[in-house]
Amino acid sequence: MYPSMATIDQTLDEILTLAASHFKVPRGRLSPDDDFFKTLGIDSLQTLDLLTRLEQHFDVELPDYELQGVSDFRTLAGRIQARL
Amino acid sequence: MNQFTGQSLSWDVKDGVIELSLHRAPCNEIGSRTLGELEKFVGALAGLVAESHALIVHSSLECGFCAGADLRELYQSAQKISKNEARQGVREFLERIHRVMNTIDAAPIPTIAAVHGVTFGGGFELALVCDLIIADKMARFCFPELRLGLIPGFGGIPRLKRDLGNGVVRDLLLTGRSINATKAQSVGLVSQVAAEGEALRVARATAAQIGKFDRRTTLAAKQFIKPIPYEELRREIDLFCELFAQPAVEAGLRKFVESTDAQPYLP
Repeated sequence: MYPSMATIDQTLDEILTLAASHFKVPRGRLSPDDDFFKTLGIDSLQTLDLLTRLEQHFDVELPDYELQGVSDFRTLAGRIQARL
Repeated sequence: MNQFTGQSLSWDVKDGVIELSLHRAPCNEIGSRTLGELEKFVGALAGLVAESHALIVHSSLECGFCAGADLRELYQSAQKISKNEARQGVREFLERIHRVMNTIDAAPIPTIAAVHGVTFGGGFELALVCDLIIADKMARFCFPELRLGLIPGFGGIPRLKRDLGNGVVRDLLLTGRSINATKAQSVGLVSQVAAEGEALRVARATAAQIGKFDRRTTLAAKQFIKPIPYEELRREIDLFCELFAQPAVEAGLRKFVESTDAQPYLP
């Protein structure tokens, strides 16, 4: 079970680390306010892949309609934090 | 015909198990070509069953099991003919795909869908005709049809209702959201979750276990526990065709087909 006391900064950091590792991008190239579609160069199917990995990592269920219009890591972290 | 390799799918019999493999890029969208080859498969099924004890349906493409109906083909072919002809064409397509789905659903041997990645719309419906769904942990399931102004048309709602509580059915249908394999297992849709890339191996092991039991008893158990909702399936075709006539559908299809949005698969 993911610790429920994680702060938004911790959540954000883990998202960036997971995205960098999975999509093989240097961690230092990713910033909280980056557009992850552009920075990671991913399409919608890869976004679903990222969503599944995030759900597994944080042990949350994140309905994909909550991601509509979300393109930066910081907002994504907020959506996940709201489910922890 | 024990072996077949087509443009959309292939099948083979290995160790008494029929393996139907989908391989039409980009993600096994079901259009007229795939339908034709699926019809060929169900036509051969009676002969295949005689020497097999299970059927596994899977995808050999990395993107996933199947992204659903070929919406580009549907939209583009509808543009070339009158609205009445398009509606008639859709009904004929649905009648044909329902015959395929019903035949696999009623197959006299256990059937297993080994799924990974995108298992959306018609792909989800194909998995639902199988007796067991074994999912890679990265699989996602979704009925996105309502965003096009439609309902699932390949038998999805009656079959989902057969397997799951109505609350989950409504959630999936009315929100169009996707769920992962763990969630799908928790609601009773998926029987086993496999590690990444392992769904087919797990399905083969499951098929081998199934093969240990008396064939006639297995069939009796299957028929007892898995009735086919024929009447609701008929009503689904009628409702789909009624909705297909709405102007919103053409607009929804055009939006999807012409979309350059980075998130066309997100609701």
